[in-house]
Amino acid sequence: MSAREDVFASIRRSLGVTGNELPRRQVVADRIERAPKGLIPGRGQVEGDERIALFRREAELALATVAEVETAADVPRAVADFLRNHNLPAAIRMGEDLRLRTMPWEETALAVSRGRSDGGDINAVSHAFAGVAESGTLVMVSGPENPSTLNFLPDNHIVVVAAKDLVGDYEEALRKVRATYGRGQMPRTVNFITGPSRSGDIEQTLLLGAHGPRRLHVIVVRG
Amino acid sequence: MTLHPTSPHFKKNAARALGDAELQVALSKVKRGFIDKRVAAAARLPEFEALRDQARDIKNHTLAHLDLYLERYEEKVTASGGHVHFARTAAEARDIVLAICREAGARTVTKGKSMIAEEIGLNAHLEAAGITPVETDLGEYIIQLRGEPPSHIIAPAVHVNATQVEQDFRRVHKGLDEKRDLSEPVKLLAEARAVLRERFLAADVGITGANFLVAETGTSIIVTNEGNGDLTQILPKTHIVLASIEKVVPTLEDVCQIIRVLARSATGQDMSVYTTLSTGPRRPGDLDGPENYHVIILDNGRSSMLNTNFQDMLRCIRCGACMNHCPVYQAVGGHAYGWVYPGPMGAVLTPSLIGVDKAGHLPNASTFCGRCESVCPVRIPLPKMMRHWREREFERHLSPAAMRSGLAFWGFFARRPALYTLAMRFAVSALALVGRSRGRFQRLPLASGWTAGRDFPAPQGGTFQAQWRRERRRSVG
Repeated sequence: MSAREDVFASIRRSLGVTGNELPRRQVVADRIERAPKGLIPGRGQVEGDERIALFRREAELALATVAEVETAADVPRAVADFLRNHNLPAAIRMGEDLRLRTMPWEETALAVSRGRSDGGDINAVSHAFAGVAESGTLVMVSGPENPSTLNFLPDNHIVVVAAKDLVGDYEEALRKVRATYGRGQMPRTVNFITGPSRSGDIEQTLLLGAHGPRRLHVIVVRG
Repeated sequence: MTLHPTSPHFKKNAARALGDAELQVALSKVKRGFIDKRVAAAARLPEFEALRDQARDIKNHTLAHLDLYLERYEEKVTASGGHVHFARTAAEARDIVLAICREAGARTVTKGKSMIAEEIGLNAHLEAAGITPVETDLGEYIIQLRGEPPSHIIAPAVHVNATQVEQDFRRVHKGLDEKRDLSEPVKLLAEARAVLRERFLAADVGITGANFLVAETGTSIIVTNEGNGDLTQILPKTHIVLASIEKVVPTLEDVCQIIRVLARSATGQDMSVYTTLSTGPRRPGDLDGPENYHVIILDNGRSSMLNTNFQDMLRCIRCGACMNHCPVYQAVGGHAYGWVYPGPMGAVLTPSLIGVDKAGHLPNASTFCGRCESVCPVRIPLPKMMRHWREREFERHLSPAAMRSGLAFWGFFARRPALYTLAMRFAVSALALVGRSRGRFQRLPLASGWTAGRDFPAPQGGTFQAQWRRERRRSVG
């Protein structure tokens, strides 16, 4: 028997099943079809301004910084402000995401480059698919317009998230993914990001910027 | 070490660990760090206890339908353009990894943290084939430089101090200014980041573990804080996921329930920094991501644990809370356990995977205080399972002769309650009488194991049963 057949045979022998039992197959099919939500903590179940405030508070607890702007057109200036305040070079790399491309970058003095990162970029700007208020978590999806390398290689990661894309809990965020990509379908990569990269591996001392970004700055677009 | 467990020498290992001053300082930090943070994180989530029940139930449901969920998972991975390989044994898993690396023409391989890779002894196997494995989790990197196995499942270098790391970096990182300042952890981190960044960009294959495999979508999930797992899997052309059969869960919703108890139990974070869901290889038009995506699913004895006294162990989500809270682990650290998995979860899992004949000491290295079970996010009854192993060891005549005859002697009385009470009364009064003057014994016949390290207190106030009866009468009356 092949390894595969052997492993399945051994599991079934232990469980005392053949794998062909219709009721068992039905239970499994139902579970995947219905995908029951389970227990959703009360913490994230707030709306409107309260949800934005919760998202912000939790993201800051995870050591991200957060700024709020009224409209998408205000984002380039907020990015420039952040870079200036931290004495960072006025250069960014970002993907071809339409929401970012249509922002008025020309109103700033920022040098903008596009596409994936090869490890040489100091700053990246990305647009989040959603944000989860429960824990201040950003949800990023990969695709031609959103290379995953931008989330990890640059030293400073600036992420734009629309207030309307903030949800209360992880389950809601994944339902949004399912609604966009189809049932049982996923983008190649979904990154849940909660704060900047860190390590506690040297004497349990918390240090930021282990391999990923040292800084994570979130810009929430309210309008 | 992975291939040659030192678990049979647990007693010797433990004695050495207790005398290791540097290790004892490092272990004292486990208590302060992990335990307090877990308490704080749990307190911030009123639903924490109920979510532990949810996590337990999801895992139980999945294990009862494991064959069907694995089939579905495999189907979805294949549909998304990935490949699934099943491995019966560690050796098979190693060979599959090697074959994929050879096909990719790999010279260097970056690795995210994977306990399965430790379990199958992957690094030595790759090195023997001329392929260089590079650990990228900071803790794993440090112990790789030191030629050591991990001593904790989520904090592999918890036994190492900063001075030792500095010495290792100076020894291994050639070509850097010898006078550079490495006196603070932040400087050590910066150096490791710079050195490993080059390795990430040069690697031909990236190998990660998996915290979850999702049957609904064919997705593998890793949970990290450093981002090393992500750089490991998105930069090289080939991504290999190492997992074991019990990692599968039904749906994305189920993952959400379990991640709420995972990081809180492990590091006391609400969420780890990066939770990454990967489905298949790079898609048309994608600018990055691996072109080849392989998942290796290891059995290595796990399927035989189903439907036995040890099935509950397969719920384990590898958070490390049991070892953080274990007085034995806190005293001797992870290396004393002699194989890949230390602490209470190791004491239960290791005999299943390498045999109770080799790992019989581990389930005996417990005070049965029950803290491990009380903090386990999926409520694994660890003490009960250690007891099962002790029973099995006894049944198979693996325990030492002195212990067997001692237990037989005790068992004779324990099965005769009246005789037991009488004998205890006699023994306790005799000990009380003899030890009256000093109040303790420095030596006792048949108890040298106890008295070698501490005094045995002389009994005071009659037997436990007599005291129990007296107290009950008093409280009732």
